Amino acid sequence: MILSIAAGTMLTRFTPFLLFPESKEPPKIIRYLGDVLPCSVLGLLVVYCLRNVRLFEGTHGIPELLAIAVVSGLHLWKKNVLLSIAGGTAFYMLLVQVVFA
Amino acid sequence: MSSTQKKEFKKAFISAFPHTIPVLTGFLVLGMAYGVLMQTKGYGTLWAVLMSAIAFCGSMQFVAVTLLTVAFDPVSAFLLSIMVNARHLFYGIAMLSKYKGLGKIRFFLIYVLCDETFSISSTASIPEGINRKYFYLSISFLDYFYWVFGTFLGGLLGSVIHINTKGLDFVLTALFVVLFLEQLKEKKNRIYGLIGVVCTVLCLIVFGAGNLVIPSMAAILAVLLAGKGKECILQNYRQ
Repeated sequence: MILSIAAGTMLTRFTPFLLFPESKEPPKIIRYLGDVLPCSVLGLLVVYCLRNVRLFEGTHGIPELLAIAVVSGLHLWKKNVLLSIAGGTAFYMLLVQVVFA
Repeated sequence: MSSTQKKEFKKAFISAFPHTIPVLTGFLVLGMAYGVLMQTKGYGTLWAVLMSAIAFCGSMQFVAVTLLTVAFDPVSAFLLSIMVNARHLFYGIAMLSKYKGLGKIRFFLIYVLCDETFSISSTASIPEGINRKYFYLSISFLDYFYWVFGTFLGGLLGSVIHINTKGLDFVLTALFVVLFLEQLKEKKNRIYGLIGVVCTVLCLIVFGAGNLVIPSMAAILAVLLAGKGKECILQNYRQ
């Protein structure tokens, strides 16, 4: 079972590198995608992390929204990656463990 | 490894490590959660660690816990892991140029290319004088190590220690948010970021949280390709 899950996962990881080997320059369209995808995919990942937030029940996604605001605010202000992440996460833990507990 | 190589590796490792600190926190917590979960389902530490070390696929491993407990069905496990992990196809395309010409270690880099490693390695600007190969290797190895080690700790100590870590896994969300903001600093990136967010939100509304990734990928791809035809974006890209 472990091996079949690993095989499926590795198929998704290796396919692009097998389709476009180093020896050949990949088509222009693939190079374009390679340039712009990181940004789009980060957008996808942010939303993906929040996919289980329920807007109309429980805490209405308020802790998540506030914490992301703190992360963004800290980051625009201090421009320190680790500080923004640590501050936002600590704030989120405070919210879900104390305020919205 | 010669002594200059060792020195270069050490330098790259030191410069790479701070990038991985958020992942260290997130992976230790989630890896431990996974180790504990496997224990409660009756699998020992060894099985949990083996799964983490061989498959190394985060969320899919959590999905697989339920698979392990039902009837043995390797074909559907294989297909399900392709679907859950389909986003790696995008990571590969984006890393083609970055992982070019790195020799044998490329195999390892691709093997362990997860969400977090991808988001760091695809966006980090490597400081001058730092060996690119060793930098990527350090990021990949550290992230991989955190996950496997976290699983090991969880399996070992899970039933002994009780710390309230509720909400700590938000560290990975925060990491993605910050890396996303860093990308948005560049004006030409904003449209692509917006495309990513809007497509995924729409797919979340239409398809729900359970089937989010593949429709979102298809939508993003469609919009990006359609947009490439537009002269304005083309010009953006040439600059």
